[in-house]
This record gives sequence, C-alpha cells and structure tokens, in this order.
Amino acid sequence: MSAGDESRTADGSPGEPVPAQPGTDGARTGRRPTRAALAAGGVAAAAAVAGGAYLAERAGLLGGLHIRVNGGDHAVSATPDTPLLYVLRNEVGLNGPHFGCGFAECGACTVQVDGRAVRSCVTRVGDVGGREVTTLEGLGTPGHPHPLQQAFIDQQAAQCGYCISGMIMESAAMLRSNPKPSDADIRTALSGHLCRCGTHYRILRAVRAAAGVR
Amino acid sequence: MTPSRRDFIKAMGGLVVAISLPGRLDPRVLAAASPFGPLTVPPDQVDSWLAIARDGSVTIATGKVELGTGVATATMQIAAEELDVAVSRIRLVQGVTGQTVDQGYTAGSQSMRTQWAGGLRQAAASARQTLLEMAATRLGVPADQLAVRGGVVSVRGDAARSVTYAELVGGRRIGAAVSRQVRAKPPSQFQVVGTSVPREDIPAKVTGRFTYVQDVRVPGMAHGRVVRPGRPSPAAGGQPAAVSSTASGPTAIAEMIGGTLANATLRHVDESSVHGLPGLVKVVTKHSFVGVVAEREEQAIAAAQRLRVTWTDAALLPDQAGLFDAIGTAKVANTRVLSVVGDVDAALGSAATVLQATYHHPYQAHASIGPSCAVADVKDGRATVWSATQGVYQLRDALATLLGLSRENVRVIYVEGSGCYGINGADDASMSAALLSQSVGRPVRVQYMRADEIAWENFGSPMVMSLRAGLDGSGRIAAWDYQGWTASRGNRPGPPGNVPAGVLAGFPEPPPPASPPPSPPLGDDSLNSMPSYAFPSQRVVSYGVYQPWLFTGPLRSPSRLQNTFANESFMDELAAAAGADPIDFRLRHASDPRLAAVIQRAAQSAGWQSRPSPAPQQAGATRTGRGVAAVRYEGTSSYVAAIIAAQVDAGTGAVRVTQVAVAHDCGVVINPDGVRNQIEGNIVQGLSRALKEEVRFDRSGVLGVDWASYPIITFAELPDDVRIELIDHPELPALGAGEATISVISGALGNAIFDATGRRLRQLPFTADRVKAAL
Repeated sequence: MSAGDESRTADGSPGEPVPAQPGTDGARTGRRPTRAALAAGGVAAAAAVAGGAYLAERAGLLGGLHIRVNGGDHAVSATPDTPLLYVLRNEVGLNGPHFGCGFAECGACTVQVDGRAVRSCVTRVGDVGGREVTTLEGLGTPGHPHPLQQAFIDQQAAQCGYCISGMIMESAAMLRSNPKPSDADIRTALSGHLCRCGTHYRILRAVRAAAGVR
Repeated sequence: MTPSRRDFIKAMGGLVVAISLPGRLDPRVLAAASPFGPLTVPPDQVDSWLAIARDGSVTIATGKVELGTGVATATMQIAAEELDVAVSRIRLVQGVTGQTVDQGYTAGSQSMRTQWAGGLRQAAASARQTLLEMAATRLGVPADQLAVRGGVVSVRGDAARSVTYAELVGGRRIGAAVSRQVRAKPPSQFQVVGTSVPREDIPAKVTGRFTYVQDVRVPGMAHGRVVRPGRPSPAAGGQPAAVSSTASGPTAIAEMIGGTLANATLRHVDESSVHGLPGLVKVVTKHSFVGVVAEREEQAIAAAQRLRVTWTDAALLPDQAGLFDAIGTAKVANTRVLSVVGDVDAALGSAATVLQATYHHPYQAHASIGPSCAVADVKDGRATVWSATQGVYQLRDALATLLGLSRENVRVIYVEGSGCYGINGADDASMSAALLSQSVGRPVRVQYMRADEIAWENFGSPMVMSLRAGLDGSGRIAAWDYQGWTASRGNRPGPPGNVPAGVLAGFPEPPPPASPPPSPPLGDDSLNSMPSYAFPSQRVVSYGVYQPWLFTGPLRSPSRLQNTFANESFMDELAAAAGADPIDFRLRHASDPRLAAVIQRAAQSAGWQSRPSPAPQQAGATRTGRGVAAVRYEGTSSYVAAIIAAQVDAGTGAVRVTQVAVAHDCGVVINPDGVRNQIEGNIVQGLSRALKEEVRFDRSGVLGVDWASYPIITFAELPDDVRIELIDHPELPALGAGEATISVISGALGNAIFDATGRRLRQLPFTADRVKAAL
C-alpha cells in the first residue's frame, strides 16, 4: 500500500510558477503579530519595517518585488505578505536565518534590516523593499569573519548552532548602538533568544570578547 | 552549488572519499555517491572505517553521528592520534546506510565510549599497523624502526628515507582486517587526545555556511507540511480561526492553542477548504496521516493552516492532576528486578529510623529550537531520505516498512539538524517526508511547525519513584528499597508504530516489552535506578506502564535524570534525618573512590561549609541554601557531582540559582573544552527542566504548542557563577560526557531549596507556585 492510494489531488495547478499576489492594505493590517509575538519582540520587528514600506512595496510591485540582501539585488517572486524568512532561505538560497517558531518567540530567524535586528519569520517581504537586509552570511565568511563571528569561533560558542545566527545578528546590531555593553545589557539584548543546547555562557563570553569588555 | 564528481572519489570499499572539501561532505554529494543495496558494512574491515586519498587526506566513516555535542571533532582527534595525521587532514562521513558501519543509535552519551573502546580507534590503530608493515617492506627496515609524523613514515634516525601514507595506499583499499591484537597508543604518547582542538563545524556554523538538514535542497523539491489532529481554539468560539492565505506564523497561534488530540482518528478532510490555493500540489491522506504538498514553503504552510480536517477524539489520557495516581494504579506490563542485596525487609524492621518518600517527574519535551525537518525522494520504488535521525539503519528499516519497499531500496543519509537531546521529531519528520514524497512522486522537504514539534514528539517519560530506607543507630543506611513506575508509549523506530507519524499512517503500536526472565543477572542497571552507594541491604525494582497517553522516548537523560532526582533527594532526606552534613553523609556511603573524588572536588570548588541541612532559620524574604547530588552514571559510566546554591523568595516562591559547581570524571578526556561545553549545556538544560518544564495536557492531548506554553530557561535566569572541574584519567576508558551531568542538577537544586527553606519538594518542576505552596 502506498501513500498515494488514499490521497487525492487538489484542484490547484501543480508545477506552475506562482504569480505574485498583489497585497492589500487590509491584508497588511490584518497581520499584526499576536500577543505572544509582541511580548517576545515582534513589536521591534514590526516597528523596524513599518514606516515607508508602503511606497516601496507599491514601487516593487510595478516591476516585480526586489529586495537588497547582503549588498546584492534580488528579484522576488513571493507575494508581498510572505515572511521574509522563506524568501531569504528559498529564493535567495541563504542558510543563515533559521525557522524556529514562526511566532517571533525564539530568535533563530533574526536578520538585520537597515542595521536593526528583526525577526524575519514575522516580517513581510513586501516591507523590506528598498532597505538593506543583512544575514549571517553578509557579516563575514569563514576566511574573513566579522569580529563577532571570530569571537564565537574563539570562544567555541556553539553546540548544534541552530540558534547562533540569531544570537550573532542580534548582538551585532546591539554592538553598533552600544559598543561597550555591560553584562546586563547583553543579557537583555539576547533575552528573546532561546538556546536549547545551553551554550549561553559561551555566547555571553563571545559577545563580551567582541566588544572588548571583560 | 551543484555537487560534482570532482568533489569526491568513490573508491575503496564503497566508501565515499572526500577531497578538497573541509570538514564534512555535502549531503547531496553523499547521495550521488552512495549506491543503493548494501544492507551492512562489515565492521571488521579497516576499509569500512577509513580511507586515504591520493593527496594524503584521510576520510573516516562512522556510524555514530554529530548531534551538536562535538563528537565529530573528538572522533577526528581519535583518528588523528592513532594514525599520526594532522586533524586538519581528516574528513568525516557519518551515518549513511551502506556506507558507514552500523554502530547503533547515536545516543546515551556512548559515542566516545564506543569509538575509544574498540570502534574507530581500533580500526585506525589497525590501519596504522598495516601501513607500517607496508612501509617496512618498501623501505627495507623492520617496522619497529619506523616513525610516523603527519602521515609520513620515516626510518628513525634517517628521516630522508621515508614514504607517505598516500604513496603506500592513496586512492586504494588498505585491505586489512581490524585487529584486536594491535595495541592502540599508550597515554604517554598522546599528542592530540587530551587537547582542546577547536570544533570543525563552528566556523561554518557561525558564518551561515553550514548545511543543516533544514538546509538540504534538491532539484525538483516540493514543500510539505503535516496536519496533525488538533482542536480549534476556545477563543475562536470553537470554530477554526480565520487564517490568512498568506502563510504567517502569528495567525497560527490562535488556531493551534486549543491543543492536540493524542488519540484521534481521521473523520474527514474537506479539500474544498484549500481549493484553488496557489501552488498546492496535493493533499495527502493515509489512514489518519494528513499532509499537504505545495510548490513553495509558504504555500504549504498556508494550505496546512487552512485545510479543514475533522477528527474523532478518543480522550484516553488521564487528567494532568491525576497523572501520577494513574501511573501508580495502571496495569504493570513488565517488571525488572534490578538488585537484591541482603534482607531488606528484615533490615527495615530492625532499623532505628525508617523514612519513606515518593517523587514525581512530569512529561518533559526535547524542545529543539529548530523544528524537525527531512527531505525525502521516493520514486521508482526507491527512497532516499536525508534525515537528522540518531540511527540511519534503524530508520531505514522503519521506512522500508512504512513505504512498502525492500530495505535494499531505501537509503538514509544523516545530516545534522537542530540539537535533539534524544528522539525529538527527527524520525517522525523523516517518515512524514517519505509518505508525502511517495504520494507525489517527487522530492519533498518537510519541516515541522513549532506546534507539530513541541506537541507531537516522543516526550521524556513521567515517573513515580517510591523509596524507603532504614538508618541504623549510627546514622548509616542499613536498608534501601526502591520501586519506580515509568509510563511509556512508543520509542525510537524500529517499528513505524513507535512514533506518531507511523501510528497515524495506520501502523500498529508494538506490544510492550516483556518482563525479563525471572532470574535476570542482577546489578545490570543502566537507568540510574540503583543508588551509586553501597548499602548492606538493597532492593531495586522497576515497573513499566504502557498506556495510550502521550508518546515517549529517550530524552537526555532518559529515566536516569528522574531516578537520580529521586535517589539523591532521598539521600538528602536521610542525611537530614541522621543530622549529618549532606557531603559527609554521601562520603560515608561511597565505596567507589572515583565517586568520592568528584563529591570532594565539587565541595572544594563550591567552598562547601560542613553542616546539616536545613540551614538555620533565616530572617527576611530571601532564603539561601545549597545542595549536592552525585552519581556514578548508569552504574558503569561517568562520575559527576553537582553543588548548587540557590535563593528562594519566601513571598513568591521564586527560585534563583546563584552558583553551580560540577566535578566530572569521564575517564580519558579527549577534548577538554568539548567536555566543558557539554557540562555547561547540561547545567543550563538541567536548570531549565528543573525550574520550568512540564508538558501540559488534558484528557485529549497536549495543551500549548509554542514557547509561551512550554517555556525554557533564558539568559536572564542563569546564574553568573558556574565552576567546572574535570578529573582526567588518560589511562582509563572514555565514559562519555553528553548527559551524565544533567542527571544530578534537579536533585542538587531540590536539596538546595530544602536547605534554604526546610521544605522538601518531591515533584518537578520547582515552579514558583509549587515552591510557594510548600512554604
């Protein structure tokens, strides 16, 4: 018996490229993060991308949506409502941002938009047109790592490493505005980031080392 | 990035050999190079374990896999040490059916123990011996006059006369058997073992260049999601919440928060609910397994959220409040008598003091940060599955059954995923991906949503542990009597019916394991049920309860954490009854000097002040205390002791840990920083589980499907002061560092709370509400 025996095909048209669906203002306002997401930092994500996005989105739709990622320009075929995370992973082909929860609760998907850390799982791709998106890949390479990446290597600050992209992107954004953070500052910045392996102490050491504090 | 044949050569013994690639091979390269067919790889052949390429690089192949704990690097160190090759010249292939030796599951903190005691290390030592013999022939001198450095064999005292490994066998089979006669290097010659070689994976992981199983993409791949039995949100008035057609996480919370249905069967799938959704390829049903396949990931998510499915609930679970009573009164499926020493009943009868206490441990979740993922390509009667499974061979056999294929036509390629800590959803997702791919005839990637992962994994088992002990007039334990009940359902695959995907797809759940023979060899206890101390009389009996509740499976550290929590809490109760300092009391009963050594070392590290618990009455709202717990893990493995200092807010019941000191003896330490990393992780995860974690459920299934409903510890809650003492025994076998430490954390913390407050908490987790209620 195969799985196909009892399955049915929907009436969709498999295999066809999917046309971009024009977004509506209603859809945008209807997609506010939930209470849980807000509590966990969705507010920052929403605030970072809200202003000015409308025009960019409209402009994008006229000629197809384009986003800037790690200094390069990418045409996007996803609908504007699609979470940025899936576009970065599946259209741009990046592995840095990870899906963790989809609720802005864990931080694994964190990227930077114009230098600010946002949760790409609750950020509409339509809201980042004309802005500079940076992922872990855009910070540095194994040959030329960003100082923060080098610090994570020096401190051996990973186990499975699935959360580490978000930790580094958040920390890098923090260090830009607060170059000499206290230990409490670092813990606060990372408070919405979960790690299950228990690499917390190494992460804290790495951020401190990169900042040149204690 | 298309894998090309330049990336590998496929030669010796079927083993894929890496050239010019750092670290690990691209998972797609492995698939391209791995033939279907071989059911096993002979472990007695050197060529099954390693190969030397023409450029002198060495590829090692292991059945044990990297789960994020650092064993890949330590494994490479073992090979580098025995072969006298630089670690940077070692490549690693792990967990590919038909390519790597079946070393069983990667589990139980056994990887280093296994590789050290005879797995890879013996194969590498055998290879070195064979290569030396070849070199002796080539150079015309006896083998004992040769030395190896960096893969170059030279004549002692005449370095100009030399030959490289590559010149001897590069690109060819070594053709030797793994010899048990060959002696591995003595500790005095270690150069790589015992050093903190940086992990091979971290540079790629911190720059976004690492390929997790979540990152595997193959040509023609579609995206799938599963639709598991669930309930509409009460907030939505009993109706499925409106879901945006654009896939968004937040809209899912309201829909999913109603909870799951653990034993539901499918009644109806309303395909009109997803009619016309862009990109939808297929709605797949098989028995009660339901999934969707779409062209794009966000389309699959949208279809899964919108698909209207009705279920018939069975509501077979006990109420959460009645769980432990239900465990204690359920039919016992099997009984294991683990230890009988002396006459416990007589000793209890004549004891000066008898204590009795019962401890409870809830269901807990693996709670991986990355929901499980797999990519399956099932077509033309063959299946390739990229999976983060802990056992590629075991999963292969389960998939063959699931898909109705012969094992020869199924291959499983391990690709590291998010940390698993036991059986998370990795196998379940692999089976789901395979079912969906088989149905649509093209490769399908399935990643679970947070709700799927956290509500449908094989949870850590709940346990009830009932202890009695008698103290003699001198304050020594005269009798120890343990009974433990464990509620289980399912396990690793094995049979597909061991995990939710298999059961939903219509495969029967295997019957519970039978009781062992009436006269089992006593003393064989791998579950920490037996205390780690020596008592004049002792009886340890475990009961297995199998009920259609929540699925369970190994969770770091399965049953051992639960048992050590109970045993070490009870030791503390006995110490208090005897008016003894908890450290002194343990040392009084520790007959094993290595156990005593970790206890003493931890006490020294923590600055332990000797006095009985509880601490003298404290004024003010903040009560401080310290507690200790220790174990010889599994009775035969690592030794670990933890001392925890904690503050308890007498008003709120909130517990704040201020210091953790761990002393750890795992025999030979292969990579000290790797061991420290593991111990740190065990401490953090152990505190999280002790303070916060409990799966919530009602009679139908799991309640709560996100991080708000199953919270884990955060940066703000961690103590600043963590001290780790490693006791290295280079001359002794490797015992493993992956999970011993977590088994002592909850006991040490409970003992610290007792010390601070005089109240004994016998149920985990130590939430503020529970502590407050006890005060």
